[in-house]
Amino acid sequence: MTTIKNFFATRWGIISVGAFIGVFAPLLQRWGNPANMGICVACFERDIAGALGLHRAAVVQYMRPEIIGFVLGSLIAAYAFKEFRSRAGSAPVVRFVLGAFAMIGALVFLGCPWRALLRLAGGDGNAIFGLLGLIGGIWVGTLFLKGGYNLGRSQKTHTSVGWLLPLVMLGFLALMFIFPKVEGQDKSGVLFYSLKGPGSMYAPLFVSLLIGLCIGFLAQRSRFCTMGAIRDFVLFRQTHLLSGAIALAVVAFIVNLILGQFHPGFAKQPVAHTMSLWNFGGMVLAGLAFALAGGCPGRQLFLAGEGDGDAAVFVLGMIVGAGFAHNFGLASSPDGVGPYGVAAVIIGLLTCLFIGFTMRKEVA
Amino acid sequence: MSKIVDARGLSCPQPVLLALNETKKINKGEIIILVDTDTSKENVSRLAQQSGWSVGVERAQEGYRLVLRKD
Repeated sequence: MTTIKNFFATRWGIISVGAFIGVFAPLLQRWGNPANMGICVACFERDIAGALGLHRAAVVQYMRPEIIGFVLGSLIAAYAFKEFRSRAGSAPVVRFVLGAFAMIGALVFLGCPWRALLRLAGGDGNAIFGLLGLIGGIWVGTLFLKGGYNLGRSQKTHTSVGWLLPLVMLGFLALMFIFPKVEGQDKSGVLFYSLKGPGSMYAPLFVSLLIGLCIGFLAQRSRFCTMGAIRDFVLFRQTHLLSGAIALAVVAFIVNLILGQFHPGFAKQPVAHTMSLWNFGGMVLAGLAFALAGGCPGRQLFLAGEGDGDAAVFVLGMIVGAGFAHNFGLASSPDGVGPYGVAAVIIGLLTCLFIGFTMRKEVA
Repeated sequence: MSKIVDARGLSCPQPVLLALNETKKINKGEIIILVDTDTSKENVSRLAQQSGWSVGVERAQEGYRLVLRKD
């Protein structure tokens, strides 16, 4: 047990986890998930919001088992290695707002950092602008961190607090079994399903769930985080987490080549638009919000699985943010940014700056 | 008397930033960092070792007590 524990804290440990995701994300596409979207935490939480009816964008409604697996896999790993620790109380409402705006920014670009890497690995040149935006947003975040920004201490709390998001995920899974998709119907019981578009494309439930569980388990052990990858490099010139993110992109690229899923270009890329400025701008907002909240959307799910109630609030903020994004025309589509997407990015950036400038406190 | 930095309850990367600030202040000697998660323990240890500090890990109430030393 200790050997495994130590392995994942090493350079090869984090590289192997990035490589694992790099293998299975393109395979999930082969098995049914949307193109260049083998795994996208933002898109999949947005699909979950759609499945629950929090927005009614007909093409993006599906209760993605990968997300459920991420939280539960992390929970299993945390218990197996005695790391489950229920904690909460570090500015939850701020985390909720950051989660909502992170989602809005990600949906202007059309992807989380994981998908930005996967889009690049699939040949989508627009992802370059998204990744540059992500780096820019995180860089601004590191300036706040250096200036003393922090959200205060969390407190140890009742075990059940840490269990709430995993229980919600178990509930979502139960709903999938109780109300499975009915062929040709866009609704089954309380769940909405897509008949066309990305929401109608998915790998078999058990395959998605199993891969989600494995990734959740491995990522909890290795602390895989795409935001931390860039942040730690900017702040400390440390390449530990970065090597995991690079492994993901390189391996996904190779697997895409093998599977014939690499199509280089800018125009007509799957679930993407070519408005470079807003591919960049959306991810500046998302990157800044992730940096201020201390983790990329995947990492927030893994933290929530190991008992972090504040990360759970960020996740709920993202799901609600997806509702806002699609109800109010903030999310982009392959045609370009939504009617209010640009305004939402600007408001989001101003909100993040307000949070960054005003939440400084001497903690030592 | 070693300086004690209480980083318990702080999320990533605060414990590392606090530890790093302290190591820069004193340059050598001993610093004790209190952390409450395994992630913080690993992150602080990794960065301290990278900048030439030895790290001793002790179990403590609600987490770990990291003893950073440099001669």
